[in-house]
Amino acid sequence: MGKRVAKEVSIAVADAVAQCRVDVISAYPITPMTHIVEHLAELVNNGELDAEYIAVESEHAAMSACIGAAAAGARTFTSTAAQGLMFMYELLFIASGFRLPIVMVVVNRALSAPISIWNDHGDVMTMRDAGWIQTFAENGQEAVDLLYHAYRVAEKTMIPVAVNLDGFIVSHVVEPVELLDQEQVDKYLPPLKMKYKLDPKKPITMGAIGVPEIYTEVKKAQDEALKASYRVILQAWKDFEKITGKRYQPIETYWMEDAEVALVLMGSLSETAMNAVDKLRDQGKKVGLIRIRLWRPFPLQEFIKAIGKVKALCVFDRAMSYGSTGGPVGIEVRSALYQSNKRPKVLNLIGALGGRDVTVEDFEEIFDRTYSFIKAKPRFTYEIYGAKE
Amino acid sequence: MRPEWTKFKPVNIKELPKEDWIAPGHRGCQGCGTVLPIKLALKVLGPNTIAVSSTGCMEIITSPFPFTSWKIPWIHVAFENAATVASGIEAGLKALMRKGKISKKEWINVAVFAGDGATYDIGLQYVSGALERGHRIIYFCLDNEAYMNTGVQRSGGTPLFAHTTTSPAGKVIHGKVGWKKNLDGIVIAHGIPYFATANPIFFADFLNKVKKASLVEGPSFIHVYSTCPTGWGAKSEDTVTLCRLATETRIFPLFEVIDGKYYILNRKIDKPKPVEEYLKIQRRFRHLTPEEIELFQNKVNEEYERLVKLCEVFAPPKESS
Repeated sequence: MGKRVAKEVSIAVADAVAQCRVDVISAYPITPMTHIVEHLAELVNNGELDAEYIAVESEHAAMSACIGAAAAGARTFTSTAAQGLMFMYELLFIASGFRLPIVMVVVNRALSAPISIWNDHGDVMTMRDAGWIQTFAENGQEAVDLLYHAYRVAEKTMIPVAVNLDGFIVSHVVEPVELLDQEQVDKYLPPLKMKYKLDPKKPITMGAIGVPEIYTEVKKAQDEALKASYRVILQAWKDFEKITGKRYQPIETYWMEDAEVALVLMGSLSETAMNAVDKLRDQGKKVGLIRIRLWRPFPLQEFIKAIGKVKALCVFDRAMSYGSTGGPVGIEVRSALYQSNKRPKVLNLIGALGGRDVTVEDFEEIFDRTYSFIKAKPRFTYEIYGAKE
Repeated sequence: MRPEWTKFKPVNIKELPKEDWIAPGHRGCQGCGTVLPIKLALKVLGPNTIAVSSTGCMEIITSPFPFTSWKIPWIHVAFENAATVASGIEAGLKALMRKGKISKKEWINVAVFAGDGATYDIGLQYVSGALERGHRIIYFCLDNEAYMNTGVQRSGGTPLFAHTTTSPAGKVIHGKVGWKKNLDGIVIAHGIPYFATANPIFFADFLNKVKKASLVEGPSFIHVYSTCPTGWGAKSEDTVTLCRLATETRIFPLFEVIDGKYYILNRKIDKPKPVEEYLKIQRRFRHLTPEEIELFQNKVNEEYERLVKLCEVFAPPKESS
């Protein structure tokens, strides 16, 4: 293992990308992801990373170039946030439809309008159904570890992977981060070998028209591949554990064994929430926390298992789904529970939008509300948390 | 002129391969003058080529799964971004060759075949980006002067007064408003190593331009005149006539620009045919009044004279070949 070094998380992530020996990096600057690609450009221009850095003229072009490079057999990287992700939206579906092992770091940021550079999950939730494998990091160390994992998984499943980390809150924080040794990375990540690529010696046609007779079958095959990737994702974490001793799972639980009520979260907010759990546990309250690390494919069974015997859940969403029955995670959780024997009440709050702070005290209050929700008759489907009247 | 051409040998037409790398049996219309240049270009580029298509006629007629007309590796990603997909492929090949992951014995041509809509309009930014960054790609703009695939809507490449479904020849507005966008000027302004216009009916000229483009170690761009009998309301059997007239009326002059600064007129048209001869065999121009034809003629003359002047003033230095 490498040394634990204090680093800005963006720099650590970029260093990990370099360790993965990417061939092509293609990116367009947007706050708060810039430090990642700036550092990669520096590594390339200083001769420390043997890769082509394509400084494209837009995010749409960034993903276009990644698709071209990956189709030619190159290991690719890009990163973006918010409006940038929106701008490359069209191609997210083509990348997954083509089964290209592209890895992207989404440094989560709120969507315009009004324009905001601050953190929430509004950007990545729009690609929920884009057919990508999607993971969420809690902190810098996890972001780096998920990055290595992303390449391993992408190249074994031929499905693109998006690693999410919260803008500023994770990306710009200086943290002690432990990178793998280069030899460990090389072992974990053998050179990319693609069965099908653009090769004059073995010509293939990529991007043909899907006539009505085959379109449905192609989509079914893609969905089955994404579901089947679950096994590969778990195995890749097991392999990572063998190297590092660190254990990653699709769902992270905290004090769930005997929990009566629990919070469901994704991303870095769980660190704050854990403090609230600690305080309430000290007071004898049986509260717990569930953090979803793997968002796509959704780990349904693990999730049902994780909720244990809770009587009420509070799903704390960080993105809007205007006019629907909840936030994206809330909808997912309710849908999962509908077919389950376990049917805790589900309070769905949407908050921490556009960089709004949610404190330990806020979570204590949310836990209290979740307790009272056990007996309450649900009067609403979701609520925007913390909005001033 | 360009160092890559010091030993340049013109294409020997007799020695052109018999084999085609775009197969017959595709779904192009009768008399399609847009698929023709692809066939010819691939005869020069050969099988060691990766082709990138934008969305458009040439993409749909060649790739309805499970059929493909492409005997070379081919990719189509979206409408607007063929230049950038090609940039990615080129960068990928470069990196993989440098790292010894694929053979570096012979460079693999990366050729883009994109329509006028994909180049003049929705893809202009992508073309500009790729040219500015200097990728070694050969970009063919197959200009059939409207969005033919979606049913003949006007593009930035549609000629003045031409009837299309979104620039109809109405009682008040007579077809397309405004002259065709000066795409050539925009491309040339990037100072790329090689720019050329080409017309597939001027066979040897066309093939040699493709060969020059393939040798250049940087971006090259060939603006190809491409007829569309269906969209233009022309007879299928008139494709060759239209091609000939386009250049002989000075509407589509043949020229090259090296490094964005040296202009070469390949075919001086001293006795131009009147544009009317070209216009009258296409239904898209049938509503034109004599005054409009005159206006069209004057603009063609003006553009051509401007080009001749550019070729005089910015002629390449008279050194070697």
